[in-house]
Amino acid sequence: MDKNYIEIIRNSKPAQFGILLIVFLFLYHLIPHSEGNYFWRLPSLLGFIPIKLNEVIYAALYDWFPLKVWDPIFEMYEEKAAFREFTKSISKGLLFLITFVRELLLGGDKIIDVFVSDAWLKENDWMSWPALPWTAGTVGAFLLGFQLGGIRLALLGGIGALYVSIFGNWVPSIQTLSFVLITTPICFVLGLSFGIWGYLDKKVETSLQPVLNVMQTMPQFAYLVPIIALFGLGDHAGSIATIVIATPPMIRNTILGLKRISPEVVEAGLMSGCTKSQLMFKVLIPTARRDILNGVNTVIMQCLAMVVIASFVGAKGLGLNLKVALNSLKIGKAAEAGFCIVLIAVILDRFTKAWANKQVDYFENLTFFERYKLLIIFGISILIFSVVAFIANGYFDKINYLYVIPIEKGLTFAHYIDAAVDWVWDTFFYSLNSFNKFLLTQVLGPMKKAYLGMPVAATLTLTMGVAYIIGGIRTGLLVGGMMLFIAMSKYWDRALITMYMATFAVIMASLNGIIVGSIFAQTQRGSKFILSVCDFFETFPSFVYLIPVIFLFNITDTSVLIAAIVYATVPATRYTVWGLNSVPLSLHEAGTMSGVSRMQRWTNIEIPLAFPTIMLGVNQTVVFTLQMVILGALIGTEDLGQLIFGALSRAQDGPGVAITLGLFVSLMAISVDVIVRKWAEERKKALGLD
Amino acid sequence: MSPTISCSSVYKIFGDNAQKLLSESGGNVDAKKFQEAGCIVGVNDASFEVNNGEMLVVMGLSGSGKSTLLRCISRLTDATAGKILIDGEDICLMNNKQLIELRREKMGMVFQNFALLPHKTVLENIAFPLQVKGVTTDNSIHKALEMVELVGLKGRENYFPRELSGGQQQRVGIARSLAVEPDIWFLDEPFSALDPLIRKEMQDEFLRLQSVLNKTIMFVTHDFDEALRLADRIAIMKDGIIEQLDKPDNIVLNPATDYVRKFTEDVPREKVLKIESIMDSADPNASGDMVVNKNDIIETVAEKILSSKDIIRVTDDNNSVVGSINPSKVIKVLFGG
Repeated sequence: MDKNYIEIIRNSKPAQFGILLIVFLFLYHLIPHSEGNYFWRLPSLLGFIPIKLNEVIYAALYDWFPLKVWDPIFEMYEEKAAFREFTKSISKGLLFLITFVRELLLGGDKIIDVFVSDAWLKENDWMSWPALPWTAGTVGAFLLGFQLGGIRLALLGGIGALYVSIFGNWVPSIQTLSFVLITTPICFVLGLSFGIWGYLDKKVETSLQPVLNVMQTMPQFAYLVPIIALFGLGDHAGSIATIVIATPPMIRNTILGLKRISPEVVEAGLMSGCTKSQLMFKVLIPTARRDILNGVNTVIMQCLAMVVIASFVGAKGLGLNLKVALNSLKIGKAAEAGFCIVLIAVILDRFTKAWANKQVDYFENLTFFERYKLLIIFGISILIFSVVAFIANGYFDKINYLYVIPIEKGLTFAHYIDAAVDWVWDTFFYSLNSFNKFLLTQVLGPMKKAYLGMPVAATLTLTMGVAYIIGGIRTGLLVGGMMLFIAMSKYWDRALITMYMATFAVIMASLNGIIVGSIFAQTQRGSKFILSVCDFFETFPSFVYLIPVIFLFNITDTSVLIAAIVYATVPATRYTVWGLNSVPLSLHEAGTMSGVSRMQRWTNIEIPLAFPTIMLGVNQTVVFTLQMVILGALIGTEDLGQLIFGALSRAQDGPGVAITLGLFVSLMAISVDVIVRKWAEERKKALGLD
Repeated sequence: MSPTISCSSVYKIFGDNAQKLLSESGGNVDAKKFQEAGCIVGVNDASFEVNNGEMLVVMGLSGSGKSTLLRCISRLTDATAGKILIDGEDICLMNNKQLIELRREKMGMVFQNFALLPHKTVLENIAFPLQVKGVTTDNSIHKALEMVELVGLKGRENYFPRELSGGQQQRVGIARSLAVEPDIWFLDEPFSALDPLIRKEMQDEFLRLQSVLNKTIMFVTHDFDEALRLADRIAIMKDGIIEQLDKPDNIVLNPATDYVRKFTEDVPREKVLKIESIMDSADPNASGDMVVNKNDIIETVAEKILSSKDIIRVTDDNNSVVGSINPSKVIKVLFGG
């Protein structure tokens, strides 16, 4: 009899979960809430980690491996740490490149200054690279679009540039563009190199995986303080932060793409007599082009998503404008800047895709003029517009509108948006407010309280138990270890708040995504439509989502959570559609012939089969949610994000704290990832997919 | 003349401890020992020769090791043991550079799933082996255009593989493998991924090409009818072992093992056997005008023979009489009994 029960429990996961729940509740109610009780809160044994990290960073910057460096101002040798010289030269190089592109388009004398002395430049103040008039820039965007993808892309580029210029965003847009133009190739080269290395060497790949996991799940904010410490403030710091965040997906895409190549293609390359490098660069990489270009696309999108965050470490451009507008609660202005970012994202997205698909025509036999006609037209237009703008100098008083339309003189639709927001505010104040209040007092408040009221022993038991039941002893220990690591710091309470927000947002976003995805996935056209909507929303930098919610719900947890839910609904929807679409048609037909209703088909056939894919979507949802919750610190929450954000202003111990806290968030995401992935894999195996 | 391809005791053994076992046994391979140790024996003691201009078809069901054997000979995988001579040179001993040189000059290969480069057009795909060799763009494109014409794809030079049907894609694969004008042509189930009608058409096309080009060919297939149609000689493989290697008619007439017999049982004899195999010695009474060649397949001349009342003379390629044929023998082949 006893043996029978044990057998039942061993074979039934629901029974195991039931027991786990009972144990959890038991612990929850039994353990007294007192600071001295280690079952209630663990002592912060790991409190030294941020301090040690700081010590390491500053030691590396100021003490280790001193070099003798010639100081030209004081004309003497100085002892400087090699690492600091290294970071300095990286900063300088990057800044030079970004400034170079920027001045090429906007004009100026900073680049010339690098090559000549200050004094000489002051004497010769005519010595300055002329700005590109926005008119010529617009023609350039039009022609580039035409060259890449015909009239449609030409119109996209031309009208986009025209909009940007007339609405007074030419200068910040070019600043942002120069940032992207320099950062993207660096991410591309780094990502491709590491990707190739990982593909060629299995050991490298396995050791890259956890590093990439952490890099991709660390909140972007967490990188900022250490980067300021290492590289200082400026556009280059923003660029470095972006490189750290945008390179991992590039590496992953490269490895994925290379691995997916059919072995026959490799053999065909070998039998064609390729050398190793020919095989890599002429066969493998071009064949994996689609995945690699998806990586490039992701990199560009990440760059644009990062422009606002990069502005915290001194990057100029649209991101800075958006941040400033948001800080002073100018929703209209913020929306305008946000729209420009999205517009640039869309244009770059389409242009790079078209560029990637371009092919060589062997049969065209063109004269010099035919071959370079677009370039020549562009050259002529620069000449004409520059001359016109130069002549116009005499007519305009202070501002030469033919060079650039400054932001305060440009057209604007900000006041319309402000008016609309005001109208919504006035009309729906009571309903919005009461909804907000209801959510805060009836749902979020109690939930937060419940999370904070969990004794640490209960939390650890629950997480480890779930991991153990789903993934076995190794997964259990792994997840338990990661949780314990967080619990032994003094930030456990904050982490619990982050967890509560993330849990709420993940559940809501997943539900939304599964429902929306299921509705649209019923027809092929619906799937296509909703996937392109997802594409569109994914081009929005995460920051843009915060703009509307702040005004509707003020600075509360509600705002952050709604932004997080909307933001994270995108991947949940996308994966649901993918999963449902992957259900074979024959199963649909088999279901129909068995006489299932639509609802039955959905619950009995589609959802179970799509489940593993949907779970991967939930995984993404977790990452997206955590990013947004941490970002929410910007508008004031009281979780880990706020501390990370706070570390930004603390130069001394900031870097260590930020890295540690970022790591905690990352560990939370990875814990969920480990469990969900195991679960999805198991379901896949059970269903015979794979 | 020495054979173009010559294999002696070639083994290919898969498994983690294959190398260890091999060095323990001092180079002598006993397939049973490896199997007991949990290794999989892909190719088991394969020895054969392929002469210049000959077409050897390796036939076997999936998992029989036929593709593995082909890959050992092209050294896409390294054979575990044995000697593989190409024009007298052991390719197992070649270094990477020599191997690349060999592939660039002497070998071409066609793949089951075409293995075209998706980012290149028809023309670029065909020119690819020339371009990696260092031929200038102009010359390689010029040569590729010739190849396009040879395989009948004129007008589709600038199509991408995804825009072509399976049969057309394989024509590109064939053109690519021939672009460097190799002596040795490997074909790995080239027509298996095609529809039956297209397959027939491609086989005809292939025979036409071979009659013009006269390459030394190793052709892998799982389709016994295809093997009979194309081969000069057939090697039938099972579990890595070559069960029988012979001319098609000999295989049909004298299957060496029960396994081979299973394939030959349902084969219509008249489609395989040549007149030579049923002719009698030259009959002085045979006087009619009608003659048939000894290499004619019975089916193709059966009507001619049966409609004649006389005994028909059989000639060889030099038109000298080598035998005679009795209609009753043809009837026996056609209707059994």
